[in-house]
Amino acid sequence: MQRRADRDDFIIAVRSALLKRGTQQKFSLLALIIISGILLSLEVFDNRYLNFFRSGVKDIIYRSSFVVSAPSNVASFSFEKITNHFGVYKQNKLLKEELEKYKSKESQIGYLQTENKKLKESIEAQYSFTYEPIISKVLVDKDSPFLKSIIINRGSNKNIKKGMPVLDRTNLVGRVIDVNFFSSRVLLINDLNSRIPVIIEPNGYQGILVGTGKEFGDLKFLQTKYDLNPGDKVFTSGSDGIFYPGIPIGTINLNTDDELETDKTKVKYYSDLSQLYLVNVLKNVSAEGIEE
Amino acid sequence: MKLSRYSLLQGIIKLIPLLILFFIVFSETDSYFTNFQYFSFNFVYILIFYWVLRNPELLGYGFIFLAGLVNDVVIGLPIGSSSIAYLVLSGCAAYVRAMTVHVSVLSDWIAFIPSVAFTNSIYFIVLSVLLEIDINYLSLLSETAITIIIYPLFGILFNIFRDFFFKTYA
Repeated sequence: MQRRADRDDFIIAVRSALLKRGTQQKFSLLALIIISGILLSLEVFDNRYLNFFRSGVKDIIYRSSFVVSAPSNVASFSFEKITNHFGVYKQNKLLKEELEKYKSKESQIGYLQTENKKLKESIEAQYSFTYEPIISKVLVDKDSPFLKSIIINRGSNKNIKKGMPVLDRTNLVGRVIDVNFFSSRVLLINDLNSRIPVIIEPNGYQGILVGTGKEFGDLKFLQTKYDLNPGDKVFTSGSDGIFYPGIPIGTINLNTDDELETDKTKVKYYSDLSQLYLVNVLKNVSAEGIEE
Repeated sequence: MKLSRYSLLQGIIKLIPLLILFFIVFSETDSYFTNFQYFSFNFVYILIFYWVLRNPELLGYGFIFLAGLVNDVVIGLPIGSSSIAYLVLSGCAAYVRAMTVHVSVLSDWIAFIPSVAFTNSIYFIVLSVLLEIDINYLSLLSETAITIIIYPLFGILFNIFRDFFFKTYA
């Protein structure tokens, strides 16, 4: 008898929670959960009208998010600017030293470029890459434990297409995964779902760089025997046909002060992926876009 | 005149939980606090659970559903996944409300533990099994644990807010 009463109480409570609308509630929970499920299942459909509607909604939400975030962004930007101002003298000295170093390397690069061109001609290399950077501003950079991505203010209106590589200055930071009319989503290279074929110089090992959700990546599928050294440079290999080869990504085990110390197959990215402001989306001029 | 100003203030105060919810999902505010390594928690869960449990008329299910949709778009998850999680948590809170006679932060907290565990289980099933999105389970486990541990703190803060404003202006 008691058990039956308990069961009745349970059913009444569940029914009240899911079906009863209560004071000032316009929808029942169950109805909204069903609608959410329907919306979720619609995500897998690739319909022209649905995509059109989705793009419009996303554009509106991204712009609203940008506006809502503006005051806090201005405050943090101002704080950063003031902090940087105090380090200008020191930075200037360092930059002068670096400039001298690069000047000495410049003549060497010219020679290597000519040599590379000649060697390519001698092996009759068929590939040539002509890319045009599309400068884009980061609209939204909301951190999430699930996806590491950013929203940029260029979309199909500027011929952005899925799969295009995204660079911070000259370093790879991600690729376009979703395109709307006036905005696009970029999956960052530290996302758990990111996989990039890479080549490690100077030994020329090939592997796949997998995102870890943190500020370093994991190298997978390396050959059985390999010898990597701290400071070895990691570039895109281009073997996926999406990224062109030779885009710098990071270095092997460069910083020995952090947790990278123990594992040689970890890659420290060149760019700070949490501080992106302006990025370059590379548009393939010769092939007119890259489709995934 | 005095009365209308009073009711306007009352209306604004009643909107505060809703405004916080939408500000968090719309803005770039790190509502998961992921910058603190191993100390991330889901503030939206705490907000929804508390207000649906204590004052459901202030946080309508329709708005919670919309907040979930916005969160999905901003974060980049398939549209509907966060809505399901938020609504399931709201359902748990509504169930607890229907079953509980005496309310306190402690009883809320005890009810919050299975509610978050159940909600996150459904959320992760949706993300990893149905949508095949890779998830770092360890960091999410710590996030769930910290969300649960930190709930009483926000529960007390919300209680103070409720007692102060709602007793003054209700």
